[in-house]
Amino acid sequence: MENVISVNGLVKSFGRTRALDGLDLEVRRGEVHGFLGPNGAGKSTAIRVLLGLLKADSGTATLFGGDPWRDAVSLHRRLAYVPGDVTLWPNLTGGEVIELLGRLRGGLDTKRRDELIARFELDPRKKGRTYSKGNRQKVALVAALASDAELLVLDEPTSGLDPLMESVFQACVNEESGAGRTVLLSSHILAEAEALCDRVSIIRAGRTVESGTLADLRHLTRTSIHAELAGSPNGIGALAGVHDLVVDGDRVRFQVDNAELDTVLRALTTVGVRGLTSQPPTLEELFLRHYQKEEVPA
Amino acid sequence: MTGTWQLFRLALRRDRVVLPLWTILLGLFPGLVASSFASLYPDPAELASFAASMSNPSLTAVYGPIWSPDLGGLTAWRSSIVLLIVCLATAFTVIRHTRAEEEQGRRELLGSTVVGRTAGLASALLVALLAAVVVGGLTALGTAAAGADGTGSFALGLQYFLACLLFAAIAAVLAQVAQGARTARWIVGAVLTGSFLLRMVGDAGGDLNSPLSWISPIGFLQRIRPFADERWWPAAVALVVAAALAAVAYRLNARRDLDAGLIAPRPGPARAPRSLLSPLGLAWRLQRTTLFGWLVGYAVLGLFLGSATDAASDAVRESPDLADAIGRVGTGASIADMVIATGMAIIGIGAAGQGVQAALRARGEESALRAEPLLAASVGRLRWAGSHLLFAFAGPALGLLVAGVFLGAGYGASADEGAGAIGRVLGAAAVQIPAVWLTVAIVVLLFGLLPRLTTLGWAVLAFFLLLGQLGAILQLSQWALDLSPFTHLPSLPGGEVTATPLVWLVALAAALTAAGLTGFRRRDIASGG
Ligand SMILES: Nc1ncnc2c1ncn2[C@@H]1O[C@H](COP(=O)(O)OP(=O)(O)OP(=O)(O)O)[C@@H](O)[C@H]1O
Ligand SMILES: [Mg+2]
Repeated sequence: MENVISVNGLVKSFGRTRALDGLDLEVRRGEVHGFLGPNGAGKSTAIRVLLGLLKADSGTATLFGGDPWRDAVSLHRRLAYVPGDVTLWPNLTGGEVIELLGRLRGGLDTKRRDELIARFELDPRKKGRTYSKGNRQKVALVAALASDAELLVLDEPTSGLDPLMESVFQACVNEESGAGRTVLLSSHILAEAEALCDRVSIIRAGRTVESGTLADLRHLTRTSIHAELAGSPNGIGALAGVHDLVVDGDRVRFQVDNAELDTVLRALTTVGVRGLTSQPPTLEELFLRHYQKEEVPA
Repeated sequence: MTGTWQLFRLALRRDRVVLPLWTILLGLFPGLVASSFASLYPDPAELASFAASMSNPSLTAVYGPIWSPDLGGLTAWRSSIVLLIVCLATAFTVIRHTRAEEEQGRRELLGSTVVGRTAGLASALLVALLAAVVVGGLTALGTAAAGADGTGSFALGLQYFLACLLFAAIAAVLAQVAQGARTARWIVGAVLTGSFLLRMVGDAGGDLNSPLSWISPIGFLQRIRPFADERWWPAAVALVVAAALAAVAYRLNARRDLDAGLIAPRPGPARAPRSLLSPLGLAWRLQRTTLFGWLVGYAVLGLFLGSATDAASDAVRESPDLADAIGRVGTGASIADMVIATGMAIIGIGAAGQGVQAALRARGEESALRAEPLLAASVGRLRWAGSHLLFAFAGPALGLLVAGVFLGAGYGASADEGAGAIGRVLGAAAVQIPAVWLTVAIVVLLFGLLPRLTTLGWAVLAFFLLLGQLGAILQLSQWALDLSPFTHLPSLPGGEVTATPLVWLVALAAALTAAGLTGFRRRDIASGG
């Protein structure tokens, strides 16, 4: 059993909204998998289907090789979940909630719980209604991280955390991952994904648009080139992989798909290159390209 | 107060179904009762003799005195149960648009826009004012149209209008003081029950000017005496009190922080007790305060009714006219038995209310996204739902037994019947259970199959209450009366018991519960939205 999670062609509609529209997702054992996509893309919906809280309309989803809808109770012993909207019981203290969730999931490492409470600087004696947003989030995080679950399902776990706590969180996830646990992490924060994830899946409008390691994805991005040429840059615009070409006398500015970089550079050198600057691709650009509606990749 | 108007319109939009529904339906009720009386007893003499037959201490305790033995007077008297529902509905509306809104964080979203900090309260009170105008106006117009005296109809409408305003203002204050919407609603319910009980004790003694009735907000408003030499000064006083309470609510609102109550929260334990660490333990923790509140209520109501019963039957024994009138209506049962049966029927509806409230808690937890972390842990859906539904089914049964024991003890002590009374009264309490369970089962069915409509459980309960209280007077046909499970219960003590209807009610309740739970196992869990 290689994949902890595998999802194929998952469809889920709410009335007329099609929240998932043929989603594919594979999370391998032991990896930290980033689950990225713009607001309303369907990340939380997919996670809820995987937890057996929502029933999919069609497609398949398996969790530890089992059916997340039918075998929910037994599968949930092996995972811990931090919801996107953490709501606590108004008159239960944070400490009580942590212990309750830990116990209902099947076990809690009390030593680790105390250590996490200290690291996240959480006051476990406060009542649910008196916690700030970030502190509510910490309660859910401590409850999940202190478990001995094989899989952590984290839906935007750091929303509301300050930068200091964000780095504590990253350290914790690295430890979990080091201990061999699998993590599915939905996030909007690129730096977080870059720091933590082995592989990512990008989804938009309920569909997976890109999936792979960050190196793979970088490869899919474009490099920007500024060049000063010895002659007229005829024909460059016609080359495959060249985008947004601006010609200003002998100077050119354009972007080029990394896969075509070699061909395009050869074409430039045949004209003769006097000066050249190139900017490496950033993930940011890749995400923006996927997040924006207009540029649907073919 | 900038933004009040926008928030008012937003509130009306959110309540566009519920608000017209209850204001119009409840506002029409007194008029319907009046036209029903008018067609039942076209002759004023008949009305007067009917009124005389109804003037016994137990009915006076429940509905208040009949101020004048004519069409208007009887209408005002018999509709008084509607007055209670109207008070509760207005109070809940105010809480819904103030504290509940704040709790869900929506007020914060609006508070950061150009909306002033008191705009939320002001707009909620405007909604209540609108509801009061509709209810009061319809009441006045309806009774007058049925042929009751014009001035009296106006006074009756005014009474309903002021009751709405008074309870809106009380709710506004509580919404500021209490720590959450649930607590605020709970206290409003207690205030209303308290004012009902005060008036009940006061009026049952037969003294129309009992100080107990005067200090009860409900009793006070009834002393406007519609149709019987109206007194206007209580209306003026009620208006001033409502305005003063609203002003207090404003002051409190301006002084406290968003989301904070006036009672500062204390820290709690950092570790959970073992008893909390299961779905049932959690449900117990969430429901126990409410359960204890109900149990205390049953005990108090039972003790009072029990000790009043003997006084009521003495009063009847001493008045040959009354005995005669009741003998005509009666089924041969003793007066005391009739009083106990009437009381138990009302306690039965109360118990159904307890059951509905406990069952709705499951939906409340789900909508607040607090079921999600449990179901995503290793808790099965039936186990989770069952832990709340246990309180919905066993809670009212326990409550009825408590009411039975205390009523029996109160009656036994005052009537020198001793402990034997407890057994008979317990039987009367126990027969309510099947009807209560069926009511709860309807809520479970909604919860499983039409979760968004679960709160309609309250409407179902109000429907049963109105059918039981007013169905006969409105001359509804038997099949309509049969819609309420409470119609099928034997009148105990004193009446005949046949097992068949009780068995059917329990079987139907079991079937609906099973259908509801099956639906719940198959449906999506609410994910906000
Ligand atoms: N219970 C629901 N009823 C109706 N529509 C829903 C429901 N839950 C989600 N949706 C819709 O499904 C779509 C996907 O929502 P989802 O919450 O999965 O997005 P998301 O990727 O988690 O977004 P975000 O990054 O904002 O958390 C949205 O269009 C949302 O409006
Ligand atoms: Mg989400």
